[in-house]
Amino acid sequence: MIDYQSRLNHEIQAIKPSGIRRFFDIANEMKDVISLSIGEPDFSTPWHVRQTGIQTLEEGKTFYSPNRGFQELREEICRWIARKYHVSYDSSSDVLVTVGGSEALDLCIRCLINPGEEVLIPEPSFVCYVPMTQMAKGIPVVIETRAEDQFRLTADALRQKITPKSKLLILPFPNNPTGAVMRREHLEAIAEVVREHDLLVLSDEIYGELTYGETGHVCFAELEGMKERTVVVNGFSKTYAMTGWRLGYAIGPQEIIGPMTKLHQYAIMSAPTMAQYAAIEALRNGDEDIDHMREQYDMRRRLIVDTFNSIGMPCFEPEGAFYVFPSIQKTGMTSETFCERLLHEEHVAVIPGNAFGDCGEGFIRVSYSYSLHHITEALKRIERFIQSLG
Amino acid sequence: MTKLLNLLQENARLTNAQLAAMLGISEKEVADQIAKYEEQGILRGYQAIINWEEVQGNDNVSALIELRVAPKKETGFDSIAHRIMEFEEVESVYLMSGGFDLAVMVHGKSIQEIAMFVAKRLSTLDSVLSTATHFVLTRYKEGNVILHSQMEHDRREYVQ
Repeated sequence: MIDYQSRLNHEIQAIKPSGIRRFFDIANEMKDVISLSIGEPDFSTPWHVRQTGIQTLEEGKTFYSPNRGFQELREEICRWIARKYHVSYDSSSDVLVTVGGSEALDLCIRCLINPGEEVLIPEPSFVCYVPMTQMAKGIPVVIETRAEDQFRLTADALRQKITPKSKLLILPFPNNPTGAVMRREHLEAIAEVVREHDLLVLSDEIYGELTYGETGHVCFAELEGMKERTVVVNGFSKTYAMTGWRLGYAIGPQEIIGPMTKLHQYAIMSAPTMAQYAAIEALRNGDEDIDHMREQYDMRRRLIVDTFNSIGMPCFEPEGAFYVFPSIQKTGMTSETFCERLLHEEHVAVIPGNAFGDCGEGFIRVSYSYSLHHITEALKRIERFIQSLG
Repeated sequence: MTKLLNLLQENARLTNAQLAAMLGISEKEVADQIAKYEEQGILRGYQAIINWEEVQGNDNVSALIELRVAPKKETGFDSIAHRIMEFEEVESVYLMSGGFDLAVMVHGKSIQEIAMFVAKRLSTLDSVLSTATHFVLTRYKEGNVILHSQMEHDRREYVQ
C-alpha cells in the first residue's frame, strides 16, 4: 500500500477545499431548487462570436496557436484596452493570452513570489488568491474590507497590513462576491500607498465591463506610475459571456509577462485556438453586446437590491459584477445556517459569505445572472423565509 | 422609456414598485407612464403565455393561413383585413410583403374545424383569391418564451 498522504506536496494538502462546493452538492441533489448561486453569465455567447468559432472549425484551424497567443488577438486586446481604459501596451511583448483569467492570476503569483514573501489579499474575494499564494510558498496576508466602506479597500486598511516582506497587492475589483467597485479616487489613494511601499499590483479586472453607473470602470494601470507596477488580468468570460471558451489574458510590463509566458509555455503550451479567433471577433464587434448585457444586469441589480432592503436584509448598493451581498446579521444566524435553512425550507440556493473569507460571515452572496422570472420567484421565496423567522 | 415597455413585454406581472426599482424612477412615475401608454393605445393589453399542449383535455389547433386578396380601390387591404379580424377564430391578421397578402393566425378545436372555417367563411369572402393553410405542429417558442420543455433547464454547471 502506498502512503499517498506522505508523498503529496505539503502545500496542496494544507489547502482547504472550497466552501462553495458543499452547497452546490446539496442543491444538485434537490429537485425544484431555485438557485441564485452561479457565478457566470446566463447569456449565451453572442451569436456572431459563436459563428466565428464555428467557422474556424469549418476552415480546419485546429492547430496550436503561438505560445503567447495569436498576434492578431494580442493586437486587438491592446487596441481594446487603449480604447476603453486609455492605457497603451506593446502587443508583441506586453500581452499573454491564457486559459481563462484564472491561469493568468496563477502564473503572475508564481512568477513574482518567493517563499516567505507576502501577498496582500483583500477579502471577501474570489476563492483562488489564497491557495495560489500558498502553492507558491508565499504568505497570504488578508485585508478585511467592510460593509461600512462599501467593501472597498481603503488606504488605511492596506497600510496596516504592510510589512517589510510585503511584495504584491491583489486588487479584486469589481469584486466577487460583494459587487464593490473602486472609483478613481479610491484607486488613487491605493496607488499612493503602492508607490510609498514599492509594491507590485495584480489587478483582477475580469468584471471591469460590468460596472454600473455613469463613470465606468477605471483600469488600475491607467493611474500615474502604476502601469509599470501592475499586471492587469482580464478575459472574455464575464465581458462577452464566454466562460466555457476558457480565454483570458494578462497585460503588463514585459519583464513580468516574459517569465509568465515561459511558465505558460511549459505548463499549458497555448490557449485554445478556436476561442482565440472568436475572441478577436468579440473585441472587434462586441461593444453592443456588452451594453445590452450590462443594461439587463443593471435592471436586475436594482430590483434585487431594492427587494433585499425592503424585506429587512440590508444591502449596500453594489456597483459592479453580478452579485449582491446582503447582510443576514439581524437573523442571528451564521451565514452557513442561513443558507442551509433557506435551501431546505424554501429550496433557494445562495452562497454563504464566509466562503469568500472569514470577514464575509454575516452576509450571503446572491447572483443575479438569472432571468427576471427566476429572480422574482427566488426573491418571493426569500421574503417568505425571512417572514417565517418572525 | 421604451425600457418600461420592454420590461412589461417580458413580464407584465412585475409590480409598479419592482419596475420603479429597476428603472430608477418613482412608483408614481411608473403608474403615470403606464396610464399614458394605455391612453395613447400603445399598451393594448396584458396576456399570459400558455403552453396549451401541456394542458390536459385541451384541444387546441392553430394554423397560419396565407391569403391572396384583391385590394379594393378606395380602401386597399384595410376593408378585407377588418372583415377578417371580426371572426373570433382569428387570433391575428398581418399584411405581408412577398408572395401573398394577408397572414391570418387561426385557432380551432380541431383540424376539421379550421378546415371548415377556411372553406366556408374565409375563401368565400368577396376579395379572397386564394388560400393556403399551414397547421402548427409544434410550438417551440412564443412571445420570446421557449415552450419546448427540453430547453427549459439551466444548462450551467456548478463550478467553484
